Amino acid sequence: MQKMGKQKNKTASFSFWNWVIASIIFRLILIYFPKNLNLASRPEVSTPLTSFRRLAEGYWLKQLSMSPYAGFSFCFFFFSLCPTFFNFFFILIRQKKEMYLIFLVFGYSGSMYHGSPLLLSLLGPLTVKRIEGQPNHLLYSLVSVIADVVSAILIRATGKNLRLAYLRSLESLDIVQQTKASGEFFKILSPGDAAALIYLWNPFTIVACVGLSTSPIENMAVILCLYGACSRLVPLAAFGWVIATHLSLYPAILIIPVIFLLGCGPDAPPRKLFLQKNNKEEVLSKSKLRLGFSWRPITHFAFWALLWSAYVLVLCGISLKQFGGLWEMFKSTYGFILTVEDLSPNIGVLWYFFAEVFDFFRNFFLIVFHVNILFMIMPLAIRLHHRPCFLAFVYIAIFSMLKSYPSVGDSALYLGLLGWFVNELADIQFSFFLFCGYVGVSLLSPVMHTLWIWRGTGNANFYFATAMVYACLQIILVVEGVSAMLNHDRKLRNLATSKPQDAKS
Amino acid sequence: MTLLQRPLLVLLLLVTHHLLQCWIAFGSVDEEGQKQEEFNEELLLKPLPDRKVLAHFHFQSSAPPSTSNGRHHHLFPKAISQLVQKFRVKEMELSFTQGRWNYERWGGFDPIASSNAKPPGVELWAVFDVPQHQVDASWKNLTHALSGLFCASINFLESTSTYSAPEWSFPPSSGNLRYGTLPREAVCTENLTPWLKLLPCRDKAGLAVLLDRPSIYRGFYHSQRLHLTSTGSGSKGTDSGIILNQALTVVLQPIQPNGLRASMDHASEKHIQPSWSLSSIFGKQVRGRCVLAKSSKVYLQLDRGLVAELKRIHKENEKSVANGLTSENFWSYPSFELSANPDRIVIEENSLHSKSSSILYNFQVEKYSESEPLDLGLTWKIPVVWLCQSAPLHSSRFLMGSGNERGAIAISLKSTQLREGFMGAFADNERCELRVDVFQVVPWYVKVYFHSLQVFIDQQPKAVSDVIEKIHVSPSKDKVSPGMMEMVLKLPCRVKSAALTIEFDKGFLHIDEYPPDANQGFDIPSAIISFPNFHASMFFLEDGSVNKSPLLSKFQEKSPVMSYTEVLLVPLTTPDFSMPYNVITITCTVFALYFGSLLNVLRRRIAEEERFLKDKATKKTGQLPLLLSKLSAKLRGRPWEPPHSPPSTSFFISSKLVFKVILVAGLAVGWQYYFS
Repeated sequence: MQKMGKQKNKTASFSFWNWVIASIIFRLILIYFPKNLNLASRPEVSTPLTSFRRLAEGYWLKQLSMSPYAGFSFCFFFFSLCPTFFNFFFILIRQKKEMYLIFLVFGYSGSMYHGSPLLLSLLGPLTVKRIEGQPNHLLYSLVSVIADVVSAILIRATGKNLRLAYLRSLESLDIVQQTKASGEFFKILSPGDAAALIYLWNPFTIVACVGLSTSPIENMAVILCLYGACSRLVPLAAFGWVIATHLSLYPAILIIPVIFLLGCGPDAPPRKLFLQKNNKEEVLSKSKLRLGFSWRPITHFAFWALLWSAYVLVLCGISLKQFGGLWEMFKSTYGFILTVEDLSPNIGVLWYFFAEVFDFFRNFFLIVFHVNILFMIMPLAIRLHHRPCFLAFVYIAIFSMLKSYPSVGDSALYLGLLGWFVNELADIQFSFFLFCGYVGVSLLSPVMHTLWIWRGTGNANFYFATAMVYACLQIILVVEGVSAMLNHDRKLRNLATSKPQDAKS
Repeated sequence: MTLLQRPLLVLLLLVTHHLLQCWIAFGSVDEEGQKQEEFNEELLLKPLPDRKVLAHFHFQSSAPPSTSNGRHHHLFPKAISQLVQKFRVKEMELSFTQGRWNYERWGGFDPIASSNAKPPGVELWAVFDVPQHQVDASWKNLTHALSGLFCASINFLESTSTYSAPEWSFPPSSGNLRYGTLPREAVCTENLTPWLKLLPCRDKAGLAVLLDRPSIYRGFYHSQRLHLTSTGSGSKGTDSGIILNQALTVVLQPIQPNGLRASMDHASEKHIQPSWSLSSIFGKQVRGRCVLAKSSKVYLQLDRGLVAELKRIHKENEKSVANGLTSENFWSYPSFELSANPDRIVIEENSLHSKSSSILYNFQVEKYSESEPLDLGLTWKIPVVWLCQSAPLHSSRFLMGSGNERGAIAISLKSTQLREGFMGAFADNERCELRVDVFQVVPWYVKVYFHSLQVFIDQQPKAVSDVIEKIHVSPSKDKVSPGMMEMVLKLPCRVKSAALTIEFDKGFLHIDEYPPDANQGFDIPSAIISFPNFHASMFFLEDGSVNKSPLLSKFQEKSPVMSYTEVLLVPLTTPDFSMPYNVITITCTVFALYFGSLLNVLRRRIAEEERFLKDKATKKTGQLPLLLSKLSAKLRGRPWEPPHSPPSTSFFISSKLVFKVILVAGLAVGWQYYFS
């Protein structure tokens, strides 16, 4: 029996790596298409926050004063013109390394780039580097591909972790046999492999990767955080959380699942169930499962999070030292996210809402929509605190649905994470309808966009309608997912509590 | 005796009249010999190659430093002097233009083309004599004042998203410069009338009489300009001398009298330039000068190309006729005829372009009167074809791409054949380079990607760093400031064509930000292309009287050759303007769906759990009613009695309900009573 299992595992893992390699090859093929299939300029892929062109623009502005043709003549001119630039000039002379700072400020004062300065210095050079005879942005695409693969591997590792925890909890409840009998899918594919392959082969992920958006990197940060928390690598979790928050603000709310993960371990059936069982059978299985909430890793996490955020802020502060400083950065990154200044169409619903809403109500609705995300944090945390990974999944799904500039890259993340819960969510309602809905929307939305923007025959309302449908689909997915998870817990409890009765009868 | 007396009387009258005029014209005669307020009017007429006539009115009023006069002005418009004093304007130019100056045909090199040709709509720039941080406030106030003064929507230039502060590419480069344009402003008589009100004689006398509204606005190009410089020292505060130049440039098509057209034979009709006179193009004649004007002159200019052509024709004639005519004697050329004798002929002193020099015929308006009006006319006798001197590179700008998501702006520079001549002067350098300054402002909703700047020279893509010597960009800020790009290009002299392209994304606006006719599109203001190596100035032979003419001294100013490109019309996507309520309700419904259904799922209990909870609830027997009954007992001042039995509790609840209703009603009545 065990041998067979091992063999199965081997074949499964073998085929897993095959699929991973295949997905890499598929991405490379797409990258080698001319102009990246124009994906980089699609509104579904590149939002003002994740757009590659904006990153390149920011980098260009940053570089401008360093380049030989503009740098000194430009500065010298200022030097001769007005005394306020006198200081600048001396700074430039003194420390050549920070010469670009003048233009970094210009870059921030503009309305083009809204990402982090760290991303600018890490990915910026890749926007201009070219290899002869290769596609223009090959290096940058390779980074995206690597980020995707790393994310997939981390998802797989976390999924394995979750599976182990799940099995352990089932064992402790003595209901392994029943669940095995009921869950067929569980035997075929482990949730880690499923999640990783869903993430890698999701068309949304592929499109976001080939479309040169920065969302693969943001997703990687989020997954890094969850992986770190699942495998109790506190510094890693803190690092992922800080970076993810720094890049796109919304992952900040993932601190709650991370605390639960560190405090009481990965997903398990409700704790009450174990207590009931322990009471009934008078068997203390505390050695198997820690039931209490341990504060030590939390304090560790807080310490590391503070450390990392201080580090990130110091790095940002250094790169923006003389000019505007951190406040400028917060204003043009987080401020831009929270105030929904850019009204260019995307797959969310807020752009059209804020393009149409009366100016008088604008602030009110800004608050309402952002609070909508925050309001659901507590109820979900109370109800799902025993399943922190699932809680994280629900949070990610909610904020990628309600965020100000959503892209398919965000959807790719939560759809990938959905794979972790193949066993628990096996009897989710409307799954076929949801699948068809996703396919339909992702086909219709570009059509409507073309009709409206390029052909001029459509209307903004058509495109907005697809965005509404998409939002509704995501709502249904979240609601049904939560409902299925709660039902699953009920089922487990029924199994656990009814078993002795069954034995009696 | 009587015969002798009458001329004497007339003489006396004349002398007193002249004295009176002098007294009026020069204002109060100051014993200290200070400068007086002056007013000069001039008109320059110029035949254009494409059968049109250019009329350039130039009125100059100047006020001396006002310590002597206080706030009182004799000739100078008070509104302007107040403006200058209030907002500390050092230099300012406001232009209202309709139509586009045709740089190819009407020339791009002479002072009129490079400093008087303006972009369509309103252009305003001003330099302030205030500290840096007050400049924006001064600008805002100035725009409001000007919009009141000229009945135009200049106040739209108030918002920071419409004006910019060029650093060095705009000629009067200074830190306190602000520049703004309104490309779509319609210019009409309501703008002209207040402009004319600034003149001491308005349009009642002098050259301004010619400004007959129907004939001016029938023209192909019409630009009224107001340029003022205050030369006062800033330290003395209000003390400043102000020079106000008002110029109006019109390009008109002379109407051929029918009789004349019929008499001409058809073969030559096509080539012969139309003959015109002041009365035929303006419908009016000059009946004497404005008495307040110090000088009143009419010039007829033949530009360099025309003079060269005439010389050529003359030489041919000379050969054939062998007639000994001196080349200076232009006005008696058989090729054209002037209806009035010029008082003086001024020839341009031309060192650079030795080929030919332009000629000015000067007419003094003083000599003409009501009975003998000046009706200057030009009648061509032989067909002449010539070209106006154009700028070294002809610039044009256009949009690329389709759809409403993104596009590209292209500025193309094409060399003109006339360039070869100028290049001789600069060819002595080993690396002959042509410097071109580009100044471009784009509104914030056109989101320019500066990194996508591409340069093509002779259709070959070039590295940006090879061509652009200096660049200064300030990216746009959403709803706050426009994007601005200043560039210095160094092009090789032998360049045939050069092109700059830059990509942009089209922004999406809030529905309130769209103008009334949103589907028409949005305007990108003209770019300014200037050639700092070339100066559009004309030097005239030194003559005492020439220097006194404000128009000619204006021509002698060294200013770089400048040209404005076309205004671009960018169509932007529009949302559905009728949808706000629908969008708000539908979106809120979706949000409510999300919130409601998720909350519902979270708090839903299924059968077994519900039963469990019910059991719990029955066990507890309601803590809350117990507390309430205690409270109510205390309120009523009765000792509290625990409820005994179910029927009694139901009765109690009903009584409590009644009590509640009464309490609420009482509160409401009290509220009403108290607040009414």
